[in-house]
Amino acid sequence: MSTSFYSQQAANRRNSFLLVLAVVALLAALGFAIGYGTTGVPAAGLGWLGVFGVIAIVMSLASYFGGDRMVLAASRAREIGPDELPQLHNVVAEMSLAAGIAAPRVYLIDDTAPNAFATGRDPRHASIAVTTGLLDKLDREELQGVIGHELSHVRNFDIRYNLLVGVLVGTIALLADFFLRMTFWGGLGGRRSSGDRGGGGLQALVLVLALFLAILAPFFARLVQLAVSRQREYLADASSVELTRNPRGLERALATIAGDREVLEVANRATQHLYFTNPIKKFEQRSQGLFSTHPAIVDRINRLRVLDGQRPLLDGEARTLSGLE
Amino acid sequence: MEIGIVLLVIVGIVIVVAVLLYNGLVARRIRVDEAVGQIEVQLKRRHDLVPNLVSAVKGYMDFEQDVLTRVTEARANAVAAGASGTLTAGQAQAENALTGALRSLFAVVENYPQLKANENVLALQEQLTTTENQISFSRQHYNASVNDYNTSIQTFPGMLIAGPLGFTRREFFEAEPEADLVPVVSLR
Repeated sequence: MSTSFYSQQAANRRNSFLLVLAVVALLAALGFAIGYGTTGVPAAGLGWLGVFGVIAIVMSLASYFGGDRMVLAASRAREIGPDELPQLHNVVAEMSLAAGIAAPRVYLIDDTAPNAFATGRDPRHASIAVTTGLLDKLDREELQGVIGHELSHVRNFDIRYNLLVGVLVGTIALLADFFLRMTFWGGLGGRRSSGDRGGGGLQALVLVLALFLAILAPFFARLVQLAVSRQREYLADASSVELTRNPRGLERALATIAGDREVLEVANRATQHLYFTNPIKKFEQRSQGLFSTHPAIVDRINRLRVLDGQRPLLDGEARTLSGLE
Repeated sequence: MEIGIVLLVIVGIVIVVAVLLYNGLVARRIRVDEAVGQIEVQLKRRHDLVPNLVSAVKGYMDFEQDVLTRVTEARANAVAAGASGTLTAGQAQAENALTGALRSLFAVVENYPQLKANENVLALQEQLTTTENQISFSRQHYNASVNDYNTSIQTFPGMLIAGPLGFTRREFFEAEPEADLVPVVSLR
C-alpha cells in the first residue's frame, strides 16, 4: 500500500484506466469475432459495434442529463435552504473551498441510517445528499471526511467515468444478446454469405469463439464495472484526505457507520453504488468481493491508517467491523 | 510536393501543441489568482464576524476584558493591514495575530457555562470555526494551485514556452512562526 494520498490516487487512476481498456478490448474482440465469424469479413464486426454503440450512448445520455434529479427524487431527498443546518452548509463550503469548486446543492434524506451520496455530471451541476442519521451520529471532523469523499466523486468526474463504463458494458450486453438471439433463432451461423471467400475452418472457429464470448463477455464486463466502482471509491477516500489532510476523520466515520445496524429505507440495488457505504445490510442480499460495488470497509480503513502511519487493524479489531462491507 | 505537405502537417501539429500548452499554463496561473482572491474573501468574512462575537460575550465575561481587548485590537490591525488589497507579509502577520487572539477567546469561553449554552454564542462560535477552517482551506488550495502551476512551468514541455512568454514562479503561502504558539489562558 502506498504511503501518500498522491500515490494512492495515481494508482487508483491507473487501475481504473486499465480496467476500462480491458472492457474496450473485450468489446472489440466480441465485435470482431461476430463480424468475422458470421460473414468472413472482419469489418462487419465494426459495423455492428457502431450500431449498438450508438443505441447505448443515446440511452445513457438520457440518464446523464436527467439522472441526478431522478436519483434525488427516488431517494426522497429534500433540498436544504441556506438558513437550515448551518453546520452542514459550512462543512460543504469548507470542502468546496479546499477542492476549488463551487459548493454543490445540499439535500437531506430523512432516515436514521447514516449514509450520503453525490450526483452530478460535473462540479457545476452537482448535488450532495446526506441522511439525518449521518448528521446525528458523526462529529464535525468525521462529517468533513465524508463530505470530502462525496465532493471528490464530483471533482474526479466519477459520475461521468462510471457512465462511460456503463455505456461500454451496456454495449457489450446488447451486442452479445442480439448476436445470440440471431444465432439460435435465425440460423445466422449456418449460412454462408455470397461474398464468402472460403474462410472455411478459421471462420467456423471464430464463430465458435464469438458464441463463447457472447455468453461470457457480459459477465466479465460487469465484473470489470464493479472493479472500476471499487477503484473509484478508494480514489474518493484518498482524495478526501487530500482535501482535509487528516485521515482520522474519515477513518472514524467509516468505523462508526460500519458499526451501525440501521437499514437505509430508500436504497435498493439500482442506487446502492451511489452511496458512501453499501446501504444493503443483510448479508445474504449483499454481494461480496468481486461482485461488490464498494470495497470492504476494513480495507478502506486500513488504507487510511497507512496514510497516518498507523498499523492495519488486527483480526480481532476488524471482526466487529466486518459485518458490513 | 509530398515533402511540402508533410512539413505543413508537422508545423500544424507543433502549433496546436504549443497553443494547448500555453492555454494550460494560463489556466493554471488564473487558478492561482482566483485562490488569492478567495483567501481575501475569507479574511474579510472574519473581520466582519468578530465585532458580533465580542458584543455577544462581553456581558458575561467581566473578568476577561484583556482577552476581549486583545481580540478587538488584533482585528483593527488586520483590517488596516489588509487595506492595500493585496496579500502582503504584514497582513499575513496581522491575520495570524487575530487567529491567536480568537483562539485565546475560545479557550476562555469554555470556562463560562452560561456562555457555552447561549445559542447566539454557539452559532457565532460555529461561524468563527468555519471561518478559520475556510481561511486555512483556501490557503491550502492556494498552495495546491501554486504547486501545480510551478510544476507545469518547470517541467518539460511547459518549460519550453514558460520563460519566453513571461510565466514566472509564484510563492507558496507559509504559516508564520506565531501560528505555532499555544494560546494563553489565564484561569481565575
